[in-house]
Amino acid sequence: MAAERVNHPAIDVENLTVSFGSKPALLDVSITIEAGLAVGVIGPNGAGKSTLIKAILGFVKPDFGKVRILGIPADQARGLVAYVPQRGAVDWDYPITVEEVAMMGRYGHIPWWKDPGLEDKEQVQNALKMVRMSEFRHRQIGRLSGGQQQRVFMARALAQGADVLLLDEPFAGVDAATERAILDVLDRAKRAGRTLVVVHHDLATAAEYFDFLILIKQRLFAYGRPELVLNPELLSEVYEGRLRVFADLSGARASR
Amino acid sequence: MCAFLIDLQQHLFLQYALLTGALASVACGVIGAFVLVKRITYIAGGIAHSVLGGMGLALFLQKNGHWEAVTPLHGAVAAAILSALIIGVVSLRAKQREDTVIGALWAVGMAVGVLFISRTPGYNTDLMSYLFGNILMVSTRELWFLVGLDVVVVAAGLAFYNQFVAVCFDGEFAALRGLKVDFFYLLLLCLTALTTVVLAMVVGLVMVIALLTLPTAIAEFFSKTLARMMVLSCVLCFGFTSAGLAVSYGPDLPVGATTILIAGAAYLTMIVVKRLALPGSIGP
Ligand SMILES: Nc1ncnc2c1ncn2[C@@H]1O[C@H](COP(=O)(O)OP(=O)(O)O)[C@@H](O)[C@H]1O
Ligand SMILES: [Mg+2]
Repeated sequence: MAAERVNHPAIDVENLTVSFGSKPALLDVSITIEAGLAVGVIGPNGAGKSTLIKAILGFVKPDFGKVRILGIPADQARGLVAYVPQRGAVDWDYPITVEEVAMMGRYGHIPWWKDPGLEDKEQVQNALKMVRMSEFRHRQIGRLSGGQQQRVFMARALAQGADVLLLDEPFAGVDAATERAILDVLDRAKRAGRTLVVVHHDLATAAEYFDFLILIKQRLFAYGRPELVLNPELLSEVYEGRLRVFADLSGARASR
Repeated sequence: MCAFLIDLQQHLFLQYALLTGALASVACGVIGAFVLVKRITYIAGGIAHSVLGGMGLALFLQKNGHWEAVTPLHGAVAAAILSALIIGVVSLRAKQREDTVIGALWAVGMAVGVLFISRTPGYNTDLMSYLFGNILMVSTRELWFLVGLDVVVVAAGLAFYNQFVAVCFDGEFAALRGLKVDFFYLLLLCLTALTTVVLAMVVGLVMVIALLTLPTAIAEFFSKTLARMMVLSCVLCFGFTSAGLAVSYGPDLPVGATTILIAGAAYLTMIVVKRLALPGSIGP
C-alpha cells in the first residue's frame, strides 16, 4: 500500500461526475489505473466513454470529482498524456502533409520562435515508421484511406513521447492492415512501460487486446480482468439486450 | 491595355494603385489561407462591413469636429479590431450566439457609418468609395499606413505560423500540447480584421470577402501545404488586382468590381476544370 503511494498510479479518477446541461454523462466514476497496463473501455453508444477520455485529458470540466495523472491534477498534467481522437474530427481538405500532422505532436517541446530540431524530426520519423506510414510522409492527409488517416493520428500521439496514451475507438472502421499496425504499436508501447487506455467497441476482441476492461454506462459497472467484466449477465444489463455477440464472445470474432 | 502600361510609367496614382494591390495581396495570401482553413469567412465578412462605422465616425470627426489627425483609415482599423474582439469573445464564450452577434455588428456598423457620413459634406463620393473601393485615389500618407498594417499582419502571421496551423487544424489537440488556443484565435481574428482594412482599400468593404477567399480557394486546390497555399494565393491575388486595374482603365470601369469579376471568373474556371479532370489528376 505504501509503495503504491510513492509510485503514483498512471491515472486516478475519483468520484468523477460530468454533465452537459442538465444531462449527466458520467456519474460518480472512480477508477485507479496502475502504470504499464493496457486498459480497454467498453460500453454502449452514448455511455460516456469519450467523455471519460476527455475528462482525463482535462478537456471537459467535471461538475464534481478529481482526475490525477501520475499524481498530478489533470489540468496541470497536459504534457504527460498523448491522445488519439475518434476519427473524423478534422477537416480532411486541410492542406497539410502526413509529416506535418505528426510534427504537431512535438509542439509544446518546440518554442514558437524556433523550427523543429533534429530530435523532433527524429521522433516524428520514428513514429511514422512505427505505424508504417513513412512512405506516405509527404502526402496531403485527404489523399489517404481511412485506416491510413487513423495511423497518422497515432503517429502524432507517439511523437509526443508521453507515458500515458489515450485512444478513442482507434479500431473503428479501419482495414485489417491498420488494425495490425495499431496492435503492433500498442504492444510495443506496453512493452516500453507506457499506460494505454483505449475505447473499444468490439467485445469479441476486447479480452484478447487488453489486460483490464472498464465497463461503463454513465456509472462504472465493472473494472477488472476481462474474464470478470465480460460476464453475460452484467453485459446484458448494460447493453439491454442490444448486443448480438453475447453468444460467441468466447468464440470467433463478431462480424462487425 | 497598352495605354495602361504607358500611363503606368507616367502617373503616380496608377503606380500607387498597383502598389496598394501588391500590399493587399501579401496580406491576403498569408491571412486568407488561415481564414479559409479555419472556415471563418463569415466572421471576416461581419468585420469588413462593420468597419464602415469606424470610417464614418472618423470622417465626421475629421470634417465636422476638426480633428485633422483622424482619418477614415484610422477609424477603420479601430472598428475592425473592436468588432474582431467582440465576435471573438462571443464565439469563445457562447458559441450558439455567434452568428447573431456577427449579423448585428455587420448591420449596426454599417448603419452607424451611413449616419455619420450623411452628416458630412461630400456624402455620396465618400460613401461610395468606402463601399466599392477607391484604389485610384490612394494618397502617399495612406500608402505608408497600409505598408505599416501589412508589415504587422504578415510578420505576425509568419512568426506564429506553426501555432496558427495547429490551432486551425485541431484546436483540441493544440490545447493538449499547451498552446494558448483562445489567445491565438483572437490574434488571428485581429489580423483578419487588419487584412480586411487593407483589402477594402482595393475593392471596398462590400467586396472584401471575395478578394480574401477567391485567390485562396483557387490556391488550395493546387497546394498540399499551407505555406505553398499562401505563396500561390499571394501571386494570384496580385494577378487579379493588377488585371482589374489594367482591364478597367481603358473603358473607365469601376476597378473594384472589375477585379472581383476577374477573380470570380478564374474561380469558376478552376471549378469546371476540376470537375472535368479526373479526380486526383491535378495538383501535387
Ligand atoms: N459536447 C457535448 N455537448 C452536449 N452533450 C454531449 C457532448 N459530448 C457528449 N455529450 C453527451 O454525453 C453523452 C455521452 O457521450 P459520449 O461520451 O460521446 O459517449 P460514447 O463515447 O460512449 O459514445 C451522450 O448522451 C452525448 O449526447
Ligand atoms: Mg465516443
